[in-house]
Amino acid sequence: MRPLWGQRAREARERGGPITPLKPVSRARKVALGIAFFVIFVALWSLATFGGFVSKTFLADPLAMLREGYTLFAEHGFLKDVGMTVWRVGGGFALAALLGVPLGIAMGAFKPIEAFFEPFVSFARYLPASAFIPLLILWAGIGETQKLLLIFIGVFFQIVLMVAVIVGSTRRDLVEAAYTLGAAPSGIVRRVLLPSAAPQIAETLRLVLGWAWTYVIVAELIGASSGIGHMITDSQALLNTGQIIFGIIVIGVIGLVSDFAFKWANQRLFPWSLA
Amino acid sequence: MSRKLVIDRVTRVFPGVNGGPPTQALMPTTLAVDDNDFITILGPSGCGKSTLLRVIAGLDTPTQGDVMLDGARVTAPGADRGMVFQSYTLFPWLTVRENICFGLRERNVDAKRQDEIARHWIGKVGLAGFEHHYPKMLSGGMQQRTAIARALANDPKILLLDEPFGALDNQTRSLMQEQLLALWEAERKTILFVTHDIEEAIFMANRVVVMSARPGRIKADVAVRLPHPRHYTVKTTPEFSALKAQLTEEIRVEALKVA
Repeated sequence: MRPLWGQRAREARERGGPITPLKPVSRARKVALGIAFFVIFVALWSLATFGGFVSKTFLADPLAMLREGYTLFAEHGFLKDVGMTVWRVGGGFALAALLGVPLGIAMGAFKPIEAFFEPFVSFARYLPASAFIPLLILWAGIGETQKLLLIFIGVFFQIVLMVAVIVGSTRRDLVEAAYTLGAAPSGIVRRVLLPSAAPQIAETLRLVLGWAWTYVIVAELIGASSGIGHMITDSQALLNTGQIIFGIIVIGVIGLVSDFAFKWANQRLFPWSLA
Repeated sequence: MSRKLVIDRVTRVFPGVNGGPPTQALMPTTLAVDDNDFITILGPSGCGKSTLLRVIAGLDTPTQGDVMLDGARVTAPGADRGMVFQSYTLFPWLTVRENICFGLRERNVDAKRQDEIARHWIGKVGLAGFEHHYPKMLSGGMQQRTAIARALANDPKILLLDEPFGALDNQTRSLMQEQLLALWEAERKTILFVTHDIEEAIFMANRVVVMSARPGRIKADVAVRLPHPRHYTVKTTPEFSALKAQLTEEIRVEALKVA
């Protein structure tokens, strides 16, 4: 047995063995490890389904899932559903961000504004968005407005609070330095608070976009005639687990793509925060 | 010589936290700074020397007393008093050149003039070739040099420095002292420099103001008559050693009170 401490372990540390804390991995190894997870996941799934350990009624095998996916796109016009869902997420999220980010900035920068809004926003943040569905259906029907409103309620208050905290925690010494350089209050907000908070605000939006995906599916599970969530409820009625899993995977893939897009944009927009 | 800055019986009392007793950071302090003075304020940590500098900068309000710059009362921070902080306060999203131009941009100086001034100061502080670097890519010494250039680009009436070299290693610190001194000898700015390092205080200043332990007050005001231009070898002369011995004794007494 290899000793975990003493001479050998010390040597391992000096060589930089794989167990060294916080030691970076090479790019190739990072990609390989990331892919390995999916390979293992699909392997276990295949073992469970093809090996007959799980009934086909409850869990479709990977090949059946792919076949169902093909059928969805080829015969059921699933592309339109995907488009509808992406549109709803994008619309609701953009609406919340357009209103929430400026309000959050105003709250973070100006304490009276924060004192006025903060208690209500903190309260509203805990209201479960899904519980609004019956009300929203009553108010806005089961059309697009209701879907957008649900996503809006789900993410708007989160955005406001997180942006306010980010802006409010701007380094005081940077603000003071700007004052001694002759900056006026409007200059402090526009040329210190905003650029200082921008990378973290972008990171927050990336995070919140993920939550918007949860809410859109919830909205589509109840009272919708199109969208990925609608397809999933339909498939449940037909016990088509292949389609359900395919729908879930499509959501995951779109989320992953949007995440990459956000990360890529952040790196291009804020090179100074990484260097 | 004309009076540049007058600090007139300035006190600062910080209110007590959670009903505790208030803290007197600064006893009534009076100090007159002449044009072209290079004054170092020397004191043990927590003696209120930074508070005094912040009051002059307008970042803190005195409980009593006034600060007058060229006869006008200081009430708020402004571009006429440049400040360099101990912490690195370059704007991380701006390049060296953009940092130096920050104050000029805030005052709507036209682009051509900004370019001239930036070029001048980048050359002066030896950062040619680093104009387009972000602060993260610079060493601590380079960041503080940029911060000095940024403050001087505004052409302030007085330059306030709050232990700007405190976080630098010894060798870099010595070099920075020489560079700042050379800059002062060439540009004849008025400088107020806060430090707790005795050698640093003597080497650069024409007056060393010693502050007592909290509550801070001015305890001694020592003229430094070493010739200019000063070379780092001045640190080994008998005159320098005598001053150092004198100030070491003054500071030691104060440090013992709070230790």
